[in-house]
Amino acid sequence: MSIFIDRATRLVVQGITGRDGSFHTKQMLEYGTQVVAGVTPGKGGHTFDGKVPVFDTMAEAVAATGATASVVYVPARFAADAVYEAADAGIRLVVCISEGVPVLDMTRVMPYLREREIRLIGPNCPGAISPGRCKVGIIPGSICREGPVGVVSRSGTLTYEVIHQLTRAGYGQSSCIGIGGDPIIGTNFIDCLAAFQADPDTQAIVMIGEIGGTDEQQAAEYAAAHVTKPVVGFIAGQTAPPGRRMGHAGAIISGASGTAAEKMTAFTRAGIAVMKRPADVVALLKERRVAA
Amino acid sequence: MNLHEYQARALLQAAGIPVPDGDVAATPAEAEAIAKRLGGRVVVKAQVHAGGRGKAGGVKLAKDAAEARAHAGTILGMTIKGLTVEKVLVVPTADIASESYVGVILDRASQRPVLMVSPAGGIDIEEVAAKTPERIMKLGVDPRYGLLPHQAMQLGFFLYDALPQVRAVAAIMRQLYDAFVRAGGSLAEINPLITTPDGTVLALDAKIVVDDNELDRRPGIAALRDTASENPAEVKAREAGLTFIKLDGSVGCCVNGAGLAMATMDLVKYYGGDPANFLDIGGSSNPEKVVAALEIITADPRVKAILFNIFGGITRCDDVANGIVTATGRTKLTVPIVIRLTGTNDELAVQILERAGFSALTDMDEAVKRAVELAGRAA
Repeated sequence: MSIFIDRATRLVVQGITGRDGSFHTKQMLEYGTQVVAGVTPGKGGHTFDGKVPVFDTMAEAVAATGATASVVYVPARFAADAVYEAADAGIRLVVCISEGVPVLDMTRVMPYLREREIRLIGPNCPGAISPGRCKVGIIPGSICREGPVGVVSRSGTLTYEVIHQLTRAGYGQSSCIGIGGDPIIGTNFIDCLAAFQADPDTQAIVMIGEIGGTDEQQAAEYAAAHVTKPVVGFIAGQTAPPGRRMGHAGAIISGASGTAAEKMTAFTRAGIAVMKRPADVVALLKERRVAA
Repeated sequence: MNLHEYQARALLQAAGIPVPDGDVAATPAEAEAIAKRLGGRVVVKAQVHAGGRGKAGGVKLAKDAAEARAHAGTILGMTIKGLTVEKVLVVPTADIASESYVGVILDRASQRPVLMVSPAGGIDIEEVAAKTPERIMKLGVDPRYGLLPHQAMQLGFFLYDALPQVRAVAAIMRQLYDAFVRAGGSLAEINPLITTPDGTVLALDAKIVVDDNELDRRPGIAALRDTASENPAEVKAREAGLTFIKLDGSVGCCVNGAGLAMATMDLVKYYGGDPANFLDIGGSSNPEKVVAALEIITADPRVKAILFNIFGGITRCDDVANGIVTATGRTKLTVPIVIRLTGTNDELAVQILERAGFSALTDMDEAVKRAVELAGRAA
């Protein structure tokens, strides 16, 4: 088992002929993901890499292939429309990799998706991987292995670092979800905690947060009330100055709120083991008697 | 991106919001001329991206045009929180009967724009929120319909008793919301929004913060960027496609990915060092970016050691290695460098670096420890 994506996921790539879209489609195919279609307006009728049919519109792609999920690699200014198009075509899960989507666009996208009960992961995220089964996005498959640890993170390469530490120590992953570094995102920590708690193959959860907002604090409260599996957490940005956007659009301490210290305290209060550095993840899982 | 007060004022005025007369000046003579036109009694306000301008001496009352000139002479060139004042706004003094706060923010938790008002204006709204939260009223706006008239009226009744003023502020709030959307804002606020003794409602000070992701599609707003008021190294970094934030430590950091860059800074601190900067070279593999990054880091005289921390995913480690070799070939490094590379094409990267006389580590903790040690030894 896994969360959100598995062997049954039938994926459309939106922006399949672009630089990023084509590179990562090859990687996803190599990993074994069922990429059933691609969409690029004007490229309908072509075939990508000799095996994936390309369509002009999402409606055609979904009608022809029965796709259930899509991944968005289009430039940021077209990303909101790509998500609406996926929603209108009947897609149930949209993963938006694009970075730089205007936040006001997201305030309009979110109610549209909520009314249709469609899950969005991202934007500005590395996507998701269920090791050994399916990869949607850009997380390098080579650093993952199948196992009992669920990983959820607002970051990209920091997530790879933690996955790498886990894999090296023999801890495989059930699913790794990069939820994205923007202020408004489709899937948050609580959604992932709930899904990992319900997933019988996940034995422990690793949460990687960062400064900015209150998602981690709310997730900590949720975990204390609803999650019985061991949770280990990390917060990046302990040395970040207030009022500065640390690369991610959402990584900013506003006034005195959204600091790493505040989030780490919320974790501790909720019984979440706090990593002081990425390398602590293995020791903390062992301490909580999580079997590899 | 932060807008200056005079820029925010102009956007509000364009949306129909009443603001006092006034203009911006870059020299004392210009300030004097504006003051003369406004009748003499004016306020001279530093235009700089920092809060607490008044406390820092950047806002001064002048009784006549000559004094306005003198104040402008003092304020122009003054440094407030590390930023040099290049311009002043000259506005007439106002008779104030009441001060309130009106703002729109993008609220992360509710995923909506939220209108926020308070009859406690003229002070920092965060202070009001902390001390007297009952004096703030918030209302979430559905961005598909905008701020509806009855919603604006409801907020207006929280601020004023007299119907004409309630109607006036309701109109202002709807205009403010429109200005916020048109600017691609993440925040737009009027603080204070005043009433004069004759009951007129006026926006006395304005602040707009623009979502950086909006700038591509709003060239008019992007053109308002004032690079003179920013740290030059940060401007250079942005132009090279890097995210760089200057800090005060001695370990220069170059990392791919914002989360890993923050975690690297934190780890430098964990091992007893201090990071000199936040620097994210992003996800691409362009060796030129690495060259620019090294130039920016080495230009900081506080840097005593350089630390590269690269986790290759989309970023290819061999590209980063090539960038390091190119950059150090152009300008000789005068401080030690510690390189950590793991992931896509790391073996190739190590070969490239070794051929050029560098060594590379694969473990993040080891690399950070080594960089902190080298920086400490040099200090």
